[in-house]
Amino acid sequence: MKKSFCWSAGAALVAAAMLATAVPAVAKDTVKIAFIGPLTGGVSANGLGGRNSAELAVKLRNQDEKAKYTYELMALDDECKPNVGVQVATKAAADRKVIGGVTHYCSAVAIGAVDIYHKFGMPAIVWGAVLPDITYGNTHAEVHRVNGTMINQNETAAQFMADQGYKTWAVIHDTTDYGKGHNEYFSKFITGKGGKILGTFGVTADQQDFTAELTKIKELKPEVIFFGGLTPIGVRIRQQMDKLGIEAVFQGTSGIVSDAYLDGLGELAEGTLAFREGAPADKLPGGKFFLSEYEKAGYDQAPEAYGPFAFAAANLLMDAIEDVGADRKKVTAYLNKVENHDSITGPITFDDHGQNTVAVITKYVAEDGKWAVWEDSKYATGERKLAGR
Amino acid sequence: MDIGLLGQYLANGIMLGTMYALVAVGFTLFFGVLDVIKFSHGDVLMLGAFTGFTVYLGMAGIGIENPWVLVVFVTLSAVIGTAFIGAVIARYLVLPLKSAPPLNILLITLMLGTAIREAVRLFFPDGSNPKPFPSLLPSSSVELGNFSLRADSAILVGVGLAVIVGLHLLINRTRLGLAIRAVAQDEETAKTMGINYTMIVLVTFAIGSGAAAFAGTMNGLYYNEINFGMGLLLGLIGFSAAIIGGLGNLYGAILGGFLFAGLQTVGAVALPFASAYKDVFAFAVVIALMAWKPTGLIAERTSDRV
Repeated sequence: MKKSFCWSAGAALVAAAMLATAVPAVAKDTVKIAFIGPLTGGVSANGLGGRNSAELAVKLRNQDEKAKYTYELMALDDECKPNVGVQVATKAAADRKVIGGVTHYCSAVAIGAVDIYHKFGMPAIVWGAVLPDITYGNTHAEVHRVNGTMINQNETAAQFMADQGYKTWAVIHDTTDYGKGHNEYFSKFITGKGGKILGTFGVTADQQDFTAELTKIKELKPEVIFFGGLTPIGVRIRQQMDKLGIEAVFQGTSGIVSDAYLDGLGELAEGTLAFREGAPADKLPGGKFFLSEYEKAGYDQAPEAYGPFAFAAANLLMDAIEDVGADRKKVTAYLNKVENHDSITGPITFDDHGQNTVAVITKYVAEDGKWAVWEDSKYATGERKLAGR
Repeated sequence: MDIGLLGQYLANGIMLGTMYALVAVGFTLFFGVLDVIKFSHGDVLMLGAFTGFTVYLGMAGIGIENPWVLVVFVTLSAVIGTAFIGAVIARYLVLPLKSAPPLNILLITLMLGTAIREAVRLFFPDGSNPKPFPSLLPSSSVELGNFSLRADSAILVGVGLAVIVGLHLLINRTRLGLAIRAVAQDEETAKTMGINYTMIVLVTFAIGSGAAAFAGTMNGLYYNEINFGMGLLLGLIGFSAAIIGGLGNLYGAILGGFLFAGLQTVGAVALPFASAYKDVFAFAVVIALMAWKPTGLIAERTSDRV
């Protein structure tokens, strides 16, 4: 009799101990957040870098014992195609368990998806798309953006190129909203600074052959070819420039600041110029922390240029959920009041359109197979020269 | 416009035209011999390019570095491998449906094309991203004023044209060609004359698919990039080229290929509106040409309307 009492007491003790250890884990609710970006297709390097960065943010948060929720990242692939983007945005927004989203690298996709987030009332933070209209073209309270827009980017680009003494440009842009936007803003700023656009060529985003356009450009003899578009056709155009013996400077936008551009071209990439809002990862306030954690996590792909923004966006979203709870309306309200919010990309402040004010634009030049910051490059010191200088 | 630039446009156009003609030749062969339209042709081309790329990776992996050896092996394996696949498609998908309505063959090859495309995308490592195809040909160039001719482009065009001429000779000057033409003209009579009908069909499909694989490899060597979707537009253009030339006629396919390339170049250069519309322009002209000559510019003797 006594013995069995002893057993049952022991069992109860064990059970209690188990309960005690299990309780904190069970008590946390799981909250889903969405990540949307191009995980396949030509610009998937950027999409995967962003996905990994957002995933890293979630992982680190889940390790934090003080966090009130367990987070689950639902990563969706928009393929950088507007039609696919609208589908996956609807999928995420229609899922009531998804509290918010870190969404879109491609402008053409983001501009189509913002209305969906508004319709379903899902707060979204854009992590890579730079078209101004994504935030400024509507009054949707749900839509925010941590990275800057192409307006600032092109203003700096125009100023920089004018300072270098270039006078004439030919413009090639893809005919999506992204390419058209870059064409519009760069053309506006550069002509304002006395530059001359000799010709503008709209091309489709999946075009293979550019020899006809480039031969025409060869005839126009511009000093610079400005390209508003993304990496895949950027690689093709630069390659075909070489085939036709065009010596002009190749000036891109944030859309080609990726390792894929450098890998795709090898030595031909040398001397390509590009501009991007925000500082490079290792110069960001929290850049060292981010890069070391990213490396520790052991991802196959690099975070790429916009990874830090995806990381910051995911963290901002989770901060909001921690603060006001897993409720879409409250999270939206919280995000609209964000001011000087600490992040690895620097303090985030949203204006009344949900646009973060990012003042810094970084100038890049491709040097020895890397995107070097202009000021630190051999081109700035005069050791190397851009074409035509 | 000075003569150098004109030469440049011409060189670009010839390059594109050669590629288009090679694709169109396949369409026209299949239609001529078997009266089928094989819509998976563009994706077979892509498969050829990826076969070549895989062989390149393998050879580079075992340390073969001589670019000439590489380019010969890459091209040959792409052409032979794809020719074999073409014959298999003919044997197991097209021939069994020989007596079914033509719509069925159209559909089945359309679906096959999608299957091939998605399979490469999903099963080729990192297949949804563009692959950097190696440039194996010498890249030195000759500059004549505004005209710059690169050795690799010249070699590609030269070999491409040689392949087209070779195909022409094969069809018109050999016993095999005679048999192919016999089957194309009258299947029943050809059979009674002792021609192995199945064999001829398989060989024709092998030849057409091999030509497509060659065009695919050429495309890779020229643009130094291949991707799983490259066959889609090329297939469509090749098909249109074959039709405006006159489906079933080899010369028509060649003419159509160069005509289409010319239209695209004109669309991009000479027209006042944005060059993004060059495909719209080229296809619009194709539509107009088809309305004018429904059987193509060079019609097959027994004309079938498409």
